[in-house]
Amino acid sequence: MGEHHGPMKGIKRWLFATNHKDIGAMYLWFSFIMFLTGGFMAMIIRAELMYPGLQLVDPNFFNQMTTTHGLIMVFGAVMPAFVGLANYMVPMMIGAPDMALPRLNNWSFWILPFAFSLLIIAIIQSFLGIADAPNFGWTFYAPLSTKYGPASTDFFIFSVHMMGVSSIMGAVNVIVTIFNLRAPGMTLMKMPLFVWTWLITAFLLIAVMPVLAGAVTMMLTDRHFGTSFFDAAGGGDPVLFQHVFWFFGHPEVYIMILPAFGIVSAIIPTFARKPLFGYASMVYATASIAFLSFVVWAHHMFTVGLPLAGNLFYMYMTMLIAVPTGVKVFNWVATMWKGAMTFEVPMLFAIAFVVLFTIGGFSGLMLAITPVDQQYHDTYFVVAHFHYVLVTGAVFSIVAGVYYWLPKWTGRMYNIGLAKLHFWSSLIFVNLLFFPMHFVGLAGMPRRYSDYSLQFADFNWWISIGGFGFGLSQLILLWILIEVCFRKKGEPVSDQVWDGAEGLEWTLPSPVPYHSFTTPPVIK
Amino acid sequence: MQSLAKRCSAIGLALATVTSSSVFAEWQLDMTPGVTDISQQVFDMHRTMLWWCVAIGIVVFGAMFYSMIKHRKSKGHEAAQFHESTSVEIMWTVVPFIILILMAIPATKVLIAMNDTSDSALTIKITGSQWKWHYEYLDWEGKGNLDLDYYSVLSTPSEEIIRPALASGLFPKKTAKDSYRADGNYPEQTALYKQDVDKPLVIPTGRKVRFLITADDVIHSWWVPAFAIKKDAIPGFINELWTLVPEDNPGIYRGQCAELCGKDHAFMPIVVDARPVAEFEQWLADARAAQKAEAEAAANSLDKTFTKDELMAEGEKAYLARCSACHQANGQGLPPTFPALAGSALATGPVADHIHIVVKGKNAMPGFGSMLSPKEIAAIITYERNAWGNTPTDGVDVVQPRDVAK
Repeated sequence: MGEHHGPMKGIKRWLFATNHKDIGAMYLWFSFIMFLTGGFMAMIIRAELMYPGLQLVDPNFFNQMTTTHGLIMVFGAVMPAFVGLANYMVPMMIGAPDMALPRLNNWSFWILPFAFSLLIIAIIQSFLGIADAPNFGWTFYAPLSTKYGPASTDFFIFSVHMMGVSSIMGAVNVIVTIFNLRAPGMTLMKMPLFVWTWLITAFLLIAVMPVLAGAVTMMLTDRHFGTSFFDAAGGGDPVLFQHVFWFFGHPEVYIMILPAFGIVSAIIPTFARKPLFGYASMVYATASIAFLSFVVWAHHMFTVGLPLAGNLFYMYMTMLIAVPTGVKVFNWVATMWKGAMTFEVPMLFAIAFVVLFTIGGFSGLMLAITPVDQQYHDTYFVVAHFHYVLVTGAVFSIVAGVYYWLPKWTGRMYNIGLAKLHFWSSLIFVNLLFFPMHFVGLAGMPRRYSDYSLQFADFNWWISIGGFGFGLSQLILLWILIEVCFRKKGEPVSDQVWDGAEGLEWTLPSPVPYHSFTTPPVIK
Repeated sequence: MQSLAKRCSAIGLALATVTSSSVFAEWQLDMTPGVTDISQQVFDMHRTMLWWCVAIGIVVFGAMFYSMIKHRKSKGHEAAQFHESTSVEIMWTVVPFIILILMAIPATKVLIAMNDTSDSALTIKITGSQWKWHYEYLDWEGKGNLDLDYYSVLSTPSEEIIRPALASGLFPKKTAKDSYRADGNYPEQTALYKQDVDKPLVIPTGRKVRFLITADDVIHSWWVPAFAIKKDAIPGFINELWTLVPEDNPGIYRGQCAELCGKDHAFMPIVVDARPVAEFEQWLADARAAQKAEAEAAANSLDKTFTKDELMAEGEKAYLARCSACHQANGQGLPPTFPALAGSALATGPVADHIHIVVKGKNAMPGFGSMLSPKEIAAIITYERNAWGNTPTDGVDVVQPRDVAK
């Protein structure tokens, strides 16, 4: 192999990266930085909410924190982490040499730092007292975000456009790669479940990101060009905004969880030393969830005054989602059943995922029941629900995936003792953080409140302690990653790494060479 | 199986003891059952759902943890290699589906009942605005327009709320710096902290009350947990809602705004005072008479000339109640969204512009012309032109009610 097949030197390797492993690594580091940034904002929120009364931040800044925390975590942490894992793992799992569209890949990554710089510039402006940052919640309901939005709303609109462009290009790349670059013999129904879940996720992304772009474009013209899409005074409709937003927003939550299903479906069989139970039903369940995600959006709107028939329809559809989701959980349990289990760090996170994601699923089922939802709606019960599915669901699966594939990427085993410490402290604090939110929500504390009445005080103190503990626990992960990736510490690992692992990625050397599967492997 | 059932009921009993125990009175763990027939049904359905989830959780997690304990490699367990079973997979698709149907039937019934707003005795229009509620009594037993409406705003004093932990005040821009107390000796937060209003909504017990809900500016949401009613207040829409408080449950019921509506979203509570019909009718008569008297006083005030001291005293009170949420008690505002009034060109400039903006509003600021009497507005403007070291450049430091009404 000639010299030019190696990576470029210095910063050029990253700026001009077309290698899927380099781009995957950049995505993952970017998302981790965003995760810590969004987490820091969450800690400001929890510090303010530790005691009743306003002690640290004024309510307007509090709203800017909740807004930016949500946007950064959804679009900056969880989604890019999954795209990073797709970049890194999909070619290795299907026996492809790289992603199909490497330059597009470079572009879709490098848009992101600019998109998020815009959001962070808005926050810095707010720090300096120049202008308010977006303060209308990550769901940016009109007219709070249109007629009443701060000037920086335009930063936000442009930023969302850029994120959307990035996501769509990433999704196109995944689809083209999976359809065209599979090794001979790798039929669709032989693909690892992570590849399947990402294929379906990519279709969801292409379907809904343009809808989000439409929503923010209508906002833009309402704000500056005299239209009235969302302004009742001009013949428009504020509820239209919510329909458009949630038509994007509900598939979006599955975009953030389907790849997690794929990761967990890779890890559990490895450490149970037993094939995944019900592979075909897993694929069909994923597809069903994706399909249903387009017909449940108005369950976010049970209190806006939809007609009775609408509320009933969205209640029934939402309840239906419990069926394919249940199938998945049952399949994971059946995979563990009568296996020969060991409990390495990825398995610990995967098991925590199954249990805690299921708890989030239970509260989701309760939220589906319209008459009861009208009591839960916009309370901390909802906050508890979506943090169970997003933090102990999506984030735990990403962490599990990183602990699972990191030795393959770097060729070194991370510090297992520290990783176990990271697991246990995360597990304990995350439950201290989110479980009591169910109680304060049921007791009647609305979400997005900068201050609360006294009956919620004790629980909120404990929730804040959980928040600080969970946030600080992530610094252990940062240290583990620095040690393995930059300080090159850790025992060398074999190509197999985990004795029960199956799949093409484990046939490659550890660490994976810069170019892999330059000739396709043979699939039996 | 029997032991499992026993275990379930034991856990259930333990949980029930915890939730109902008076030891945990201040640690409310569950939804309120409320006082209305609907709220009881909603609560029962919530509990039913919760127990379904607990039961399913025990089965699924039970199997999982049993497997984790028994099927370990360290115990020498050999991995089986089965990986599918059509009958089992059909079973765990069909059984949940049947459970869902069992859940959906009662939910549908309750939802239909909640939507039936017919045959109400009292109709009240509720309008949300940043950050208060406006109540208009439209109809009582077919008697037509009642000419009664009022605003309901938070009554908790700001000293209880704003208690900066640092000498530099709240973040950012040192907002509310003046509220800092070096000794940390802030007034104690009372039991009704952030839950009380100046004028509660008064409704009769034993009669169906219909609410028509809308908003002036952004979306709000009107929620009273004890009645299990919550509905968004949306500008340009009128949503309907109803409740019927049983005759044996008069009392004060509290709620809050449930949809993010800007800076003071957390500070627009709802208080409903449910009274027996006779008391309600008495209150209604008194309130209408009082409102009529107020209107007459406001009309008369146009002919009167008040002293600067009178206007300043009333103005300070009204300013703190109506204006200080945004422009702050010290007149410094919360720039850039909420401008400062201390030393501002507007508050010291031509009086006509000053009156215009208070009466008509601008951008996020509502017009107060329809909310306050001319006398109150005159007092507020007089206060703003003289407080915080302001000196009007046009020399007009006192504004009379008739100046506002022009």
